[in-house]
Amino acid sequence: MSQKMTNPPGRPGPTTKTASTSSEVMTGAQSLVRSLEEVGVDTVFGIPGGAILPAYDPLMDSGKLRHILVRHEQAGGHAASGYAHATGRVGVTIATSGPGATNLVTPLADANMDSIPMVAITGQVGASLIGTDAFQEADIVGITLPVTKHNFLVTDPDEIPRVIAEAFHLAASGRPGPVLVDVAKSALQTDTKFQWPQEVQLPGYRPVTKPHGKQVREAAKLLATAKRPVLYVGGGIIRSGASDALRRLVDESGAAVVTTLMARGAVPDSHPQNLGMPGMHGTVAAVAALQKADLVVALGARFDDRVTGKLSSFAPKAAIVHADIDPAEIGKNRVVDVPIVGDLQEVITDLLPELAQEHEKNGKPDLGAWWRQIDDWRETYPLGYTPTADGLLAPQHVIERLGALSDPDAIFVAGVGQHQMWASQFIRYEHPNTWINSGGLGTMGYSVPAAMGAKVGQPDREVWAIDGDGCFQMTNQELATCVINEIPIKVAVINNSSLGMVRQWQTLFYDNRYSNTDLHTGHGTRRVPDFVKLAAAYGCAGLRAESEAEVDATIKRAKEIDDQPVIIDFTVSRDAMVWPMVAAGVSNDDIQYARGISPAWERED
Amino acid sequence: MTRHTLAVLVENKPGVLTRVAGLFARRAFNIHSLAVGPTEHEEFSRVTVVVDVDDQPLEQVTKQLNKLVHVIKIIELDNSASVQRELMLIKVRADQSMRTSVLEVVDLFRAHVVDLQPDALTIEATGNPDKLTALLAALEPYGIREIVKSGVVGISRGSRSMTERALDRVTRTA
Repeated sequence: MSQKMTNPPGRPGPTTKTASTSSEVMTGAQSLVRSLEEVGVDTVFGIPGGAILPAYDPLMDSGKLRHILVRHEQAGGHAASGYAHATGRVGVTIATSGPGATNLVTPLADANMDSIPMVAITGQVGASLIGTDAFQEADIVGITLPVTKHNFLVTDPDEIPRVIAEAFHLAASGRPGPVLVDVAKSALQTDTKFQWPQEVQLPGYRPVTKPHGKQVREAAKLLATAKRPVLYVGGGIIRSGASDALRRLVDESGAAVVTTLMARGAVPDSHPQNLGMPGMHGTVAAVAALQKADLVVALGARFDDRVTGKLSSFAPKAAIVHADIDPAEIGKNRVVDVPIVGDLQEVITDLLPELAQEHEKNGKPDLGAWWRQIDDWRETYPLGYTPTADGLLAPQHVIERLGALSDPDAIFVAGVGQHQMWASQFIRYEHPNTWINSGGLGTMGYSVPAAMGAKVGQPDREVWAIDGDGCFQMTNQELATCVINEIPIKVAVINNSSLGMVRQWQTLFYDNRYSNTDLHTGHGTRRVPDFVKLAAAYGCAGLRAESEAEVDATIKRAKEIDDQPVIIDFTVSRDAMVWPMVAAGVSNDDIQYARGISPAWERED
Repeated sequence: MTRHTLAVLVENKPGVLTRVAGLFARRAFNIHSLAVGPTEHEEFSRVTVVVDVDDQPLEQVTKQLNKLVHVIKIIELDNSASVQRELMLIKVRADQSMRTSVLEVVDLFRAHVVDLQPDALTIEATGNPDKLTALLAALEPYGIREIVKSGVVGISRGSRSMTERALDRVTRTA
């Protein structure tokens, strides 16, 4: 199960160093597998089927590609996403035509929203059958057009190597994203000449990575003179690998930092300037700092509605510097004063000396009053939770302990809902790529398959799936994949026996009318299913913790099990809610610290 | 809202029009007209798209279009610095008694009759959108039975070529 990514091009056959000038005759299927090997792929997640079948034959002989047979194509896609997230490399998934391909729509849309580098390869019916409503035919290129960075239909086998090279280039460069390559079965079965390396022919694709010097200087001027500056850090910092550079900017500028859901870990939570997550369930300090800021420097963030609340009242006093590799993000939601297009690593590297020069000219700004105000918010409204009234476990406590007891470089992969928000709030992230979740699309069921992919990419690190009982039931079939392929992930099911976040909204906005949110999996129910028994059925270790006294011991036991996946069923109170909260569509100024409790802004004005 | 004409140079590949049209639909941009055809270089096609948007969203339209991998270049065709034309075919109800006065209108607008039947005639007219609107208004009283429009195509004035410049860049990149 070793990762064979460092192999030199020393495979038998005439193509070694002179690959550019020589070519070999082989089938399209062999050409596809060879192209994947040449582009450096070591792991693929997939399921065979009729149209892709020709490719699975040479795949069996590949000494470089590890194919992991998943149980559902959606999970294969999320696994590729988790792998990409954890390694920074392109994740790869393979599916057959028709339903196999359509099952990839969700993970592609997910990766598109969160800018995950991913390549999906699908089989298509034979070229002569395309358009005839053939068996297992679906126009997957048409279907995925809006949810991919780009996609290809290949009917000519000679195009396979070039298209694969282009797909990986597109997926990984610029603003990363998913690319789908649909290959007709006839192209896989026909003989072709394989040539490598391939020249990428994308005249319309020229991502700008080097920022404009004038704009960077303008940003430095603003940052050096602002009285209430906030660095609004988004997932782009993680994708760019710019955490170290960012750390220097944070220290040099003295500005407050907020890390969005996609950027948790981009700046260590232990850093005194990090106010945590902004937005709908952000900390009061992070939300308030943005609202009161006179300068917001957005770094790889996209002014998502979950961060801004009601857009017209977001950060009303702030000048905006917006740096992003995607020019279309700049000015999309909020008018920008200083736009900077570029790779964040280069942007920040250029910004640092400019900022230092400004400081040298005019001295560092006095941010004392700003920090006194922020500290006041932090002291008055820290993240916290109230004990449960029903005697059941507080989910926040469970998640806090998971964070405290796990390895420092452990990776946490969440599903979507309350447990996701608590995992973002109550675990201290010290490193980038230790927090993986579905942010933009909000895909329930993301956790288990993505954790599986992350563990494959980082086999030596502790990988926790923090999942809800609703999410877990959407994709837990992948426990089979984990057991059979020896991928020992740990799953903490935060089991409140309901679709918790929906239930929270029903409590708050629908007069406690709990329409269709009861899942009957928790404490005092028939437990359908019983997650401990489910674990056993899959050959996983199954543990349960129902009281506070059991929490630490259970987590420790799970940590000791390293030869099989572990599932812990934490049965928690269903009445626990995620706070603070800015209700959908209202101003961030109306954040509630807890139900009915709003911060008193007057004090600092 | 103001009307803007964009000339979009794209790679001549299958599905490009779908990508452009789909983008407008999913980003909720309003297309007024869209015309597409080959250029003097076989590797390029050219789309002329007329949209009704304010300046801020127009910038979004352009940026989002630019993200399409097959889009090579986009320019906005300013009314004063470009020539913009549309082709329209109009079928007008006109028997013997009205034919002369319809033909007068056709002459006034420098249009042509391309089909003549006892009870109807078909007119071909080319011009900028304002002229065609005026022609339609003039023909309205006679009874318009059917119209078809090509959508606006446009080209900038002067000697510079959008395609040439894009081609330079393409050969440099490759």
